[in-house]
Amino acid sequence: MDIFSWLNSQLLRMDWLSSLVRQLVEKVFHLNTTSRLGASIHFFIYDVIKIFILLSVLIFSVSWVQSYFPPERTKRILGRMTGFKAKIVGALMGTITPFCSCSSIPLFIGFTNAGFPIGVTFTFLISSPLVDLASVILLASIFNWQIAIAYVVTGVVLAVIGGTIISKAKMEKYIESFVLKNKMADIEPDKLSRKERIRFSTDQVKDVFQRVWVYVFIGVGIGAAIHNWIPEEVITSMAGKDKWWSVIVATLMGIPMYADIFGTLPIAEALVKKGVGLGTALAFMMSVTALSLPSMIMLKKVVKTPLLVLFAGIVTFGIIIIGYVFNTFDYLFI
Amino acid sequence: MDIKILGTGCTKCKKLLETSEQAAKEMGIQINVEKVTDMEKILSYSVMSTPALVVNGVVKVMGRVPSLDELKKILS
Repeated sequence: MDIFSWLNSQLLRMDWLSSLVRQLVEKVFHLNTTSRLGASIHFFIYDVIKIFILLSVLIFSVSWVQSYFPPERTKRILGRMTGFKAKIVGALMGTITPFCSCSSIPLFIGFTNAGFPIGVTFTFLISSPLVDLASVILLASIFNWQIAIAYVVTGVVLAVIGGTIISKAKMEKYIESFVLKNKMADIEPDKLSRKERIRFSTDQVKDVFQRVWVYVFIGVGIGAAIHNWIPEEVITSMAGKDKWWSVIVATLMGIPMYADIFGTLPIAEALVKKGVGLGTALAFMMSVTALSLPSMIMLKKVVKTPLLVLFAGIVTFGIIIIGYVFNTFDYLFI
Repeated sequence: MDIKILGTGCTKCKKLLETSEQAAKEMGIQINVEKVTDMEKILSYSVMSTPALVVNGVVKVMGRVPSLDELKKILS
């Protein structure tokens, strides 16, 4: 037996959990899992448990890695590099740093204050919410590895191109002046012991849990509804593969919404199963996670409107392009 | 003892504040706590990861909430 496909179906997709929940729904609730209600309940319980298990394991391991790269250290590593290399490394660093915008803004300030080129900082800022290790593994779990890897690659490319455009546009003057005033000192973060790392990682898991559990419930709920209650024709007539505007609509709809990637994935999963293009579903997911009102409000504190508009514009445009690329080539992935 | 908690108001900042107060109470020392939420002021401590703990003007912890025992050591 192929060990990888076994690992994939049992560890990532958790087929064992699916059959366990099927037992529960059929034996305890006495519902047929092929009926609408039974299938919805099965989808809901299975997906919520799966996401919570993955979330705990993933956040713990990602936080462990992160504990070796505190922002102060990232700053020193990136500070030694220039040009294209700095942008690529910036985008990659963005993938292993925190999940929410509340922690990426202090990073933005620290980078800018240290005299980093604006292009590098924005590359980091685009990639940080868009691509992170946890979401990649989750994508592999719900779809497959090819999609997960393609997602990372396009995310990093989008971040590098976005950063390059912003640096070419000479936007430095639109950064709030206090960011550059008062040079920050380079401080050496304290070395952590193993015990402290475990504590840090457990705290992160708790913190993320508290922040996202509502979104997971809502997301899986919507996913279950799409999955079993909304007729396929309704969804494909609004966002089917043959509708050229579906990607644009999905992206624009996602911008004002704010949810964690853990909450949006089950929706994307259900949409793809109902005949929505993979690119359309990914575009929706990306725009919900990368662009949101709260993160825009945070950013507004440190940059002025023209730069903020350009940033949002580039990310929106990039997501739309990625959506079309995935829709065109989705036969390669599914 | 002069203590400052730097952070933009996340749940972890509250936890750091509570734990520090508890540590001080258990050790029976008088502390003067101030919450710093202004980005510009946080910056002046060269801190990039919040929450951070500043004791008598020196940054002692950043980016995490230490355990009660560790905080006691820091405050002693």
